[in-house]
Amino acid sequence: MIQSKPAGLLDARILVPAFGSAFAKLDPRQMIRNPVMFVVAVVTVLTTILFLRDLGTGAGNLGFSFQIVLWLWFTVLFANFAEAVAEGRGKAQAATLRRSRGETQAKKLLAGVGRSDYRLVPGTTLVVGDRVLVEPGDIIPSDGEVVEGIASVNEAAITGESAPVIRESGGDRSAVTGGTQVLSDWIVVRITAAAGSTFLDRMIALVEGAERQKTPNEIALNILLAGMTLIFVLATATIPGFAAYAGGSIPVLALVALFVTLIPTTIGALLSAIGIAGMDRLVRFNVLAMSGRAVEAAGDVDTLLLDKTGTITLGNRQATEFRPLGGVPVQELAEAARLASLADETPEGRSIVALAQDRHGIGGAAAPDPDALFVPFSANTRMSGVDIGGMAIRKGAVDAILKSLPADGGEAAREIRAIGDEIARAGGTPLAVVRDGRLLGVVQLKDIVKSGIRERFAEMRRMGIRTVMITGDNPLTAAAIAAEAGVDDFLAQATPENKLQLIREEQAKGKLVAMCGDGTNDAPALAQADVGVAMSSGTMAAREAGNMVDLDSDPTKLIEVVEIGKQLLMTRGALTTFSIANDVAKYFAIIPAMFAALYPQLQALNVMGLATPQSAILSAIIFNALVIVALIPLALKGVRYRPVGAAALLRRNLLVYGLGGIIVPFAGIKAIDLAVVALGLA
Amino acid sequence: MTLNGWLQILLFCALTLALVKPLGGYMVRVFQGERTLLSPVLQPIERLLYRAAGPGARDEQHWLAYALAMLAFNLAGFLVLYLLQRLQGSLPLNPAGMAAVAPDLAFNTAASFMTNTNWQNYGGETTLSHLVQMAGLTVQNFVSAATGIAVALALIRGFARASARTVGNFWVDMTRTVLYLLLPISVVLTLVFVWQGVPQTLSGSIDATTLEGAKQTIALGPVASQEAIKMLGTNGGGFFNVNSAHPFENPTAFTNLLQMLAIFAIGAALTNVFGRMAGDPRQGWAILAAMGVLFLAGVAVAYWAEAAGNPLLHQAGVAGPNMEGKEVRFGPALSALFAVITTAASCGAVNAMHDSFLPLGGMIPLINMQLGEIIVGGVGAGLYGMLVFVVITVFVAGLMVGRTPEYLGKKIEAKEMKLAMLAILCLPFAMLVPTAVSVVLPQAVASIANPGPHGFSEVLYAYTSAAANNGSAFAGLSGNTPWYNVTLALAMLAGRFLVIIPALAIAGALAAKKTVPASAGTFPTHGGLFVGLLVGVILIVGGLTFFPALALGPVVEHLAMMAGQTFAAGN
Repeated sequence: MIQSKPAGLLDARILVPAFGSAFAKLDPRQMIRNPVMFVVAVVTVLTTILFLRDLGTGAGNLGFSFQIVLWLWFTVLFANFAEAVAEGRGKAQAATLRRSRGETQAKKLLAGVGRSDYRLVPGTTLVVGDRVLVEPGDIIPSDGEVVEGIASVNEAAITGESAPVIRESGGDRSAVTGGTQVLSDWIVVRITAAAGSTFLDRMIALVEGAERQKTPNEIALNILLAGMTLIFVLATATIPGFAAYAGGSIPVLALVALFVTLIPTTIGALLSAIGIAGMDRLVRFNVLAMSGRAVEAAGDVDTLLLDKTGTITLGNRQATEFRPLGGVPVQELAEAARLASLADETPEGRSIVALAQDRHGIGGAAAPDPDALFVPFSANTRMSGVDIGGMAIRKGAVDAILKSLPADGGEAAREIRAIGDEIARAGGTPLAVVRDGRLLGVVQLKDIVKSGIRERFAEMRRMGIRTVMITGDNPLTAAAIAAEAGVDDFLAQATPENKLQLIREEQAKGKLVAMCGDGTNDAPALAQADVGVAMSSGTMAAREAGNMVDLDSDPTKLIEVVEIGKQLLMTRGALTTFSIANDVAKYFAIIPAMFAALYPQLQALNVMGLATPQSAILSAIIFNALVIVALIPLALKGVRYRPVGAAALLRRNLLVYGLGGIIVPFAGIKAIDLAVVALGLA
Repeated sequence: MTLNGWLQILLFCALTLALVKPLGGYMVRVFQGERTLLSPVLQPIERLLYRAAGPGARDEQHWLAYALAMLAFNLAGFLVLYLLQRLQGSLPLNPAGMAAVAPDLAFNTAASFMTNTNWQNYGGETTLSHLVQMAGLTVQNFVSAATGIAVALALIRGFARASARTVGNFWVDMTRTVLYLLLPISVVLTLVFVWQGVPQTLSGSIDATTLEGAKQTIALGPVASQEAIKMLGTNGGGFFNVNSAHPFENPTAFTNLLQMLAIFAIGAALTNVFGRMAGDPRQGWAILAAMGVLFLAGVAVAYWAEAAGNPLLHQAGVAGPNMEGKEVRFGPALSALFAVITTAASCGAVNAMHDSFLPLGGMIPLINMQLGEIIVGGVGAGLYGMLVFVVITVFVAGLMVGRTPEYLGKKIEAKEMKLAMLAILCLPFAMLVPTAVSVVLPQAVASIANPGPHGFSEVLYAYTSAAANNGSAFAGLSGNTPWYNVTLALAMLAGRFLVIIPALAIAGALAAKKTVPASAGTFPTHGGLFVGLLVGVILIVGGLTFFPALALGPVVEHLAMMAGQTFAAGN
C-alpha cells in the first residue's frame, strides 16, 4: 500500500467522495452512534419543520429562519464530512490492498500423499488445516504456517518492502501471509485462517474503519459530552419559564441557537475523525493496530521493553580486540581465532576474520584448507570451531570453553575469567579461544550502540516512560551496554519465562507495558503486554498474540507507536477543552440577543458589540459550524507531541486550546457578525 | 471598601489556614483509629457502642453496603424527626405549649435537617418545642454533618486504596466523627459562646417591659449548644428566626469570628485529610487552593458591591455602603464575608439579610451555591463535591498530556464519568427545573414578595439553597406553603442523595482499581496550573449553566438599578 503515494491531508481524491458520504451519513442509524450530533440532527429536523410551517403561513422573519435552519444543517453535515474525510484516507489504502487480494487458485494437497498430488481449488474454499503447495509465481492463498520447504517471498503487498524475505518451516520465520507471492523454490503451507478472516482481510477492514469500535476512552468521553448536552438541555429548556415570569416569550430559534452552540458540537463532530486518523497514522507508519484500544494503551505505556539487538545496538557484534593470555603471542591467538571463524558466516565470525587481517595482517587471500572440518555452533556445547591440520580449535563463551576442558584449567582459567569479566564489564562479549585443550586468550566482541538512541531514551524519560533493555547477555555485559545506551533498566540472560515474569511484575505495580517480539516463544509475553507489537516477519503465533503488527519488522518503532498513541489522546483532549471553553463567548453573544426584547438593559453583556440580536444569533451559529471545518485538519493531523514532560505539555496545550478556546470565538463571532451585517444577511 | 475591612477578611483567612494542618492531622488519626489525646476518655465509650451493636459491626463494607447503611440511618433519622414534630404537643419539654407542626412543614423540616440543609420554613422560637429543637434538630445537626464526613471519607479511601473491595465502615466513621470530632469541639465552642453571652437554658421565654413601657416577649432556650454545632456541622439552622444576626445567637465580634471559623474549620481541614490519606498532602493543598481562589474572588465582589453602596441612595443624599438588612455592629465587610462563607460552605447561617444585598452582592451567594458548594463546602459534602469536579477536570484536560485521564494514579474511565456526570447533573436539575415551574405556577408566584427580577432571584435562591443543601434564605419569599414545603424538600433530597450515591459508587469503583505509579508523564495535579484549570472547569461546567438564570435575576436587576429602576415590594 506504500507504493501508491499516500493521499495528502486535503486531497481531491478524498474530499470529493467525502461530500457524498456526508449526506449518506445522515442515516439515523449511523447518526445515533454520536450522541451529540444526533441531538443536533433531531433539533435541526424539528427546526426545519417549524420553518416549513411558517413558510406555509408566512409568519415570522423567514429569511432569518431560513439561514438558521441552513446553518444547522451545515453543522450536521460538516461533522459527517469530517468523519468521511478521515475514513476516505483509509479507504484509498484499502483499495490498494484489495487489489492484491484478488481471486487466487490454490494447489490443495491431498491428505497423506506427496506434494506432487494436488488439486486446483479456489482460494476462498480453503479451510483451516488444509495443506497447499505454493510454487514460484503463485500467490499464497491464505494465511498459514510453512510446514515444509523454504522459499523467498515477496511481501510487498503487505509491507510495501519489495526486497524478498525467506520463509521456511520451523523456527521463527514460518508464517506466511495470504496475498503475498512466492518468488523462488516451493513451500507447503498449512492454512491457519479461513477466507474472509485473513490478515489481509483484517487489514482492509481496519484501514477502512468498517470494524471500528469505540475505544474505552472514547466511550467515557461520549458520556461526558452526553452529560454536558443534558445539562444544557436543562439550561435552555428552563428559559421559557423564566421569560414568562418576566412577561415575555423567547423565540424558539433563539433557544435552538443557544442550545446548539452550547453543547460540545466541536468535539462531538470531530471525535470519530480523530480516532480514525489516529489508526491511520499508525498505518502510514506501517504498523497495524488490531484495535483502537491498543492505540490508546500505547499512549499510556509506562514501561517499554526493548530488545537489545536491532533496537538499541546494531544487529551485529564486532570483534574489536584479541586479548591473549600471558605468554601467548597475540599473533598466535589471532591466527587461531581466524581459522576457527573462517567458515563461520555469522557477522561476528566475519568480523573476527576481518580484525585478524586488518590489525595483524593474518590471512589475506589464502583459501580455506579443504581438509578443514568446520564444527558449527550448537546450543548444546555453545561452541563452534574447526578441526584443521590435526589441530582442534574452539571458540565460545568463556564458561562453555572452560567446561569443555578436562581439568579446571588452573592459573590459565583464572586469568581467562579475569579478562572475560573485564570485557563484560566494559559492555563487550568475551569469546574464549582454545586450541587442543590449551587456552590461548579471548576475542573481545563489542555491541555497537546505535547513534542517537541515547537521546531517544532521554526523551522517553522526560515523557515518564521507563525503558528496559532485554538481552540474552550476561548481567555484566548487559549493565555496561545499558549504561552506554542510557536505558533505565535491563533484563539480562532473558528467557521467555523471565520476560513474562517481568511484564507481570510491572503490571502488578499498575504499569502498562509495551514490548515487541517475533518468535513463538515471545507469544506469551506479547499477549501479556498491554501493547504487544509483533514483527510481521515473525511467527503466526507471535502475530496473533500481539495487538499490533509492525509490517516493517523494525523494533525501534515501538517508540513511535507510543508517540502516536499520545498524539491521539492529546488531540482528543485539546479539542474537548477547546470546545468547552468556546461556550463562554457563545453565552455572551446569544444571551443579550435572546433577552433583548425583555430586558434591553442586558445589552450591557453584549461585550462584542454585535450589531443586532439577529446578527448575533446568526453569527454564533455560523461560527459554531465553521469551526468544525476549520479544525478538521488538526483532527486529522493531530496535535504535535513534544517529549517535554507532562507539566510543560499541559501548560502549552492549556494556553493554546484552553485560553485560545475562550478568546478565539470572541474574535471569530465578531468577525462573522461584521460580515453578516456587511452582506445584509441579518 | 476599607483597609480595616480587608484586614478582618485576611485575618479570617489566616486563622482558617492555620487550623487546616493541626485539625487535619487530628482527624486522620481519628479516622484511622489511632490514639489521640481524647482516646483515654472516649475509647471506652466507642468500644461500648460497638459491643452493643453486636459482632461484625465494625467490618469493612463494600460501597453498596456503605451506601445502604447510610440511607437506612438517614431514613430512620428522618422518620424520628417527622414524628417528633407531629407529636410535639403531647410530648414533654414544651414550655411554650407549641401545637403539632403541619404535615407539609414537618416533611420540609425533617428533610431539611436530615440533608444538612437546615432550610427553615418555620420560625424556630414560634413553632418548635425544646424537645424537637434538642432531640430532633440538634441530633440531626450532628449526624447529618457526620454523614457528609463519612461519605467524604469513603471517597478518600477510594482514591487511597488499590485493588480493594471495601471503602470503610459507615457506622465506625459516623461514631468516630461524632464522638471524637463534633462533640468535643462543640462542647468547647458552647462554653465559649455562653461566656460571650449566648443563652443556654431550658426555661421558656421571658416577658419584659421595655423602656417605653411596652410589653415584649424575649424568647430563650438552649441556644449556645445549638449554635456550636450549627456552625461546626455547616448546618445553619438557627435557634432564632433571624439566625446569627440575633444578638443572642451572635452577641460579639469575637463570636462572629468564631462562628465563621467554625463554619470553615472542618471543611478546610478535610482537604488536608484527603491529601494525607491519599499519600500526598500537596494534593490536599491544591484542592484547598482552588477553593481559596474562588472564595477570595467571591468575597471581593460581594464586599465591593456592598461597600460601594446603592447608587440610588447616593443620589438621594445618603452616602456610604449598603446597610439595609445588616447589623450595624458587623458592617459591610463582615456581613459580606459571612454571606460568602455561609454559602461557600453549605452552612446557611446568616448574620445579615441576603435579600437586602445589592444585586451583585446577592449574586455571589447564589453562584457559590450553584457551583455545588464546593468552596470548602458543607462538612464532607464540599470535599466530595469538589472531588467530583476534579474527576471531570482531569478527564477534560488530562488527555492533553497524552495519557488517558488519571487522578492520584486512578484511571478515570467510563464508569466514573457516568457517575460524576450524574452527580453534576442533579444540581441544575434540582435548581432550575423547580424554579422554572414555580415562576409560572400562579399559587407559587403568589408567595413572591417583590416583582420583576428581584422576585425571580428570590425563587431561584430558594431552590438553589435547597438543592445545594445550604439552607440560607434570600427572604422575601413566603416559603411556608404546601407547594414550596414539598418541592423544596424534594430539591433538598435530590441535591443531597443524588450526589452522595454516585460519590460512593465512584469510591467503590476507584478502590477496586490498581494505582498507577506517578511518573514524569503523569498529569500533575498539585501545582498552580492544575488549580487554575480546576477553577476554570468549575466555572465553565458548573457555573455557565446558570448564566441565563443569573442574567434574568441579579444581573438585570443590577443593570436596572444603575439605570434608576428598583423592584420594591408592592410596586
